Amino acid sequence: MSDAVLVIGGGIAGIQASLDLADMGKHVYLVEKSPSIGGRMAQLDKTFPTNDCSICILAPKMADCYDHSNTTILTYSEVKEITGSAGDFTVTVLKKARYVDAKKCTGCGECTEKCPAKAPDLFNMGLGTRKAAYLYFLQAVPRVALIDREYCIRMTKGLTKDGKPRCGVCKDVCQAGAIDFDQQDEEITLNVGAIIIATGFDPYDPTSLTEYGYRRYKNVVTAMEYERLICASGPTGGHLKRLSADGRDPKTIAFIQCVGSRDLHHNKYCASVCCMHSTKEAILANEHDPEIHSYIFYIDIRASGKGFQNYVARAEKEYNVTYIRSRVAEIAQDAGENPVIWYEDTNSRQVKSMTVDLVVLATCMVPRTDAVGLAAITHTALDEYKFFQTSPLAPVDTTIPGIFACGYCQGPMDIPESVAQASAAAARAAEIVS
Amino acid sequence: MSEVRIGVFVCHCGSNIGGWLDVPEVAEYARSLPNVVFAQDNLYTCSEAGLSQIKNGIKEHNLNRVIVASCTPRTHEPLFKRVCQESGLNPSLFEFVNIREQCSWVHMQQREAATQKAKDLIRAGAAKASLLEPQEDIYVDVEPRALIIGGGIAGLTTALTIANVGFDVKLVEKEKELGGLLRHLYKLYPSNEEAAAVITPRIEAVRNHPRIEVFNDSTVRDVRGFVGNYDVIIASDGKEETIKTGVIIVATGAEELKPQGLYSYDGQKVITQMELEQLLADGNVSATKVAMILCAGARIPERTYCSRTCCMTAIKNAVLIKKQSPEAQVYILYRDLQTYGTEYEEYLRMSKEMGIRYIKYSLSNPPTVSDGGVKVYHELLGRELNLETDLVVLATPLVPHSDAKELAKKLKVPLEQNKFFLEAHVKLRPLDFATDGIYLCGCASWPTDVEQTIAQALGAASRALIPLTKGQVKVEPIVSSVDQDKCIGCGICEYLCPYKAIAVFPTDKGDRASTIVASCKGCGVCSSHCPMMAITMQNFNDDQITAQIAALAAV
Repeated sequence: MSDAVLVIGGGIAGIQASLDLADMGKHVYLVEKSPSIGGRMAQLDKTFPTNDCSICILAPKMADCYDHSNTTILTYSEVKEITGSAGDFTVTVLKKARYVDAKKCTGCGECTEKCPAKAPDLFNMGLGTRKAAYLYFLQAVPRVALIDREYCIRMTKGLTKDGKPRCGVCKDVCQAGAIDFDQQDEEITLNVGAIIIATGFDPYDPTSLTEYGYRRYKNVVTAMEYERLICASGPTGGHLKRLSADGRDPKTIAFIQCVGSRDLHHNKYCASVCCMHSTKEAILANEHDPEIHSYIFYIDIRASGKGFQNYVARAEKEYNVTYIRSRVAEIAQDAGENPVIWYEDTNSRQVKSMTVDLVVLATCMVPRTDAVGLAAITHTALDEYKFFQTSPLAPVDTTIPGIFACGYCQGPMDIPESVAQASAAAARAAEIVS
Repeated sequence: MSEVRIGVFVCHCGSNIGGWLDVPEVAEYARSLPNVVFAQDNLYTCSEAGLSQIKNGIKEHNLNRVIVASCTPRTHEPLFKRVCQESGLNPSLFEFVNIREQCSWVHMQQREAATQKAKDLIRAGAAKASLLEPQEDIYVDVEPRALIIGGGIAGLTTALTIANVGFDVKLVEKEKELGGLLRHLYKLYPSNEEAAAVITPRIEAVRNHPRIEVFNDSTVRDVRGFVGNYDVIIASDGKEETIKTGVIIVATGAEELKPQGLYSYDGQKVITQMELEQLLADGNVSATKVAMILCAGARIPERTYCSRTCCMTAIKNAVLIKKQSPEAQVYILYRDLQTYGTEYEEYLRMSKEMGIRYIKYSLSNPPTVSDGGVKVYHELLGRELNLETDLVVLATPLVPHSDAKELAKKLKVPLEQNKFFLEAHVKLRPLDFATDGIYLCGCASWPTDVEQTIAQALGAASRALIPLTKGQVKVEPIVSSVDQDKCIGCGICEYLCPYKAIAVFPTDKGDRASTIVASCKGCGVCSSHCPMMAITMQNFNDDQITAQIAALAAV
């Protein structure tokens, strides 16, 4: 028997579940796949309906979670195997080599500065590049650098004719002596009484919706890319501009709702948060530049949470946001690389077009690609959409006793719902390990 | 006292501050202030990098006061205080200067003036910081018991969870029976389970749980005390009883709006969804031409919010009618359909396949109900339709109970503009009140479906279990203290204190006031009203505030 708990996923849901349990005096192992905790919320610029800066309200929780005396945070790690049953699970975790000694690294950034190899910046949704030696993002927790083995020159290019490594700049410049090319992946075995799955979502890739021109047209971006473009710590330093060569500041922005959601050809369900995040993104655009006018192309405006209706009303009245009930058929592009939206106005039954400077696609949100693998490891069932299966009357219980799921990995929901569910999962776990 | 050495950390907060005023210039200015020995600007002071810069600053510059000029103490003060403590500095020697909410956000587009104001605020903060004194934390024991107000699905779920972990629970219900709103529902969406089959076993489990005591037909008369040590006075059967409890959970729910005067509501031919539930339960629906009007009394100027649950309730009841009599015609007149998520969207699709017809109407041109029919302007057809009906069902919103305001006053917790209870933080603390030791869940907070209510109820149990399992809580040392030589025992402070945290006691010098430290919230009402100026607020004393004001005025 063990009174420790394993939490899989270090986004806001995993952080909240960990904090509740740690505060109750339980030991928590938090396993996060990426090099930092924070999850999707760390990538958002602001949050609806209060326009709170996302990382600003998240960062204290990340620090609390990491510094808590009852938590062990395993970042850059993955759960490989689980055996046993409620009250007594044995978990094998693969902790990947960072090639940086976490005890020595100060996160000063010198290695990143001098590293000559570039890699796509996944935290910034692939907009721009980062170095092979890098910090996952500015506010990363833990603040420990790592070296990307896929892009590091030393690790990919082999030795010179004289048998010497081709690079080692990071090791040369690191004053803390933290770089360790000999570091190996390691397997850790944990004994826990309960498990909480909180692995979140991936944005749906809209490339296959060819009618919207994503990737064909530079000025058609996804909502998640837009969040990074408008964020001060993003690739443009928070300067909202078009991705076409002209780099112009947009004055008209179209937000297209239900891209790949409520759509029988892609995902049948409603992703639940996009009406509100598009409203927020349109408000932010106008805050950045009061001349910006935004148009939101929607089917139904789903604004049923606390304060949401008033937020939508404010967007219309104060922030130059126009809502158009419609179905967008196609996005074309004119000679000036301006997207042209062809749509049916479903109030008037007319086919219309509108030329704008920038299009933001509110894409569906889908379970993480590795949800299937994790379901197999945990023996839990997924629903038809590959969300972890729960029931309406036991909303955080998976199909396996002692294993719980909270947040977007078990169905569409916003941040406060994820936080409430995370606490719910903590309570259910506490019932087992108390 | 030894030399005062202040370090100032000025935060860009990404572009939230840095985008609207000149942060490096402000930091440069801070360095020139009296007693300030170190100042720097950080992109995010709250990041790991920023926090280690504070730690390094304390160590390298031997700081004995720390000022962070950034956002709001509501979210960030505990973090910065903890960092000070970890570096060996008493957390009371930390001073917060808000240059975001109180400067950059309200002076966007006024760069020079905003920069100047940030300098002024930091100058004032530094003047106060110079006079700060170390304070010791206060710890109080927690009474190992939870009191839950409301015996619906939310309260029952919370009660069972807390009791299962091993704590005593007192459950207070104002009605004669437990069960709440679910007692009035027939079947639940999306599972189609009977509400009674869901609620009855839970009521039984609560009734039979050795750790749970239920007070039916009972109301909360008064609440005194503070986290860990609340005294809740319950009135039942004309008797009053005081319950000592460590935590309180508000699970009082909401009620369906009775649409008096709307759409010719009469409770017979024009009824509410909840009245329909009763008819369905009794097998008494004979109508075959039904129109349901959504947003009846909701999303209108006098009640702007969307009640979240009514679309699905209407669709579910339409499906039930259709299942009962497949030949029935059911129209749903809506504005925007709230079938969010996976199952509700699927439910909507299924209802359309069954032949339920949806007609969108707009607020500017709502349907009208007359005897035997509903007229609605069909936007797509561009003309008015005359629907023949033998039953009209109004989907009205859930509204707060009329006694919510009174309960909020007793608990000293806030309501939002629609009179639902207001949580500590709408994003990250949905189940906590700002007052320690009081939590909320379910429709008391906002209209919520059964699944989400259960999740919130479990979550509220988790939040409440934290102080219960810890057994002790820390109280902020920002409290009042009374100079016994100046006090004349007049009792004004006792009369005014909203937290019952100061009282007059007989002493050998005569009557004298004294603070009940664990109850004190540090609001300062007593201190500002004391005619003898005998009451001091720790960390907000007269000298400190005077110095702050003088520095603000001195340009």
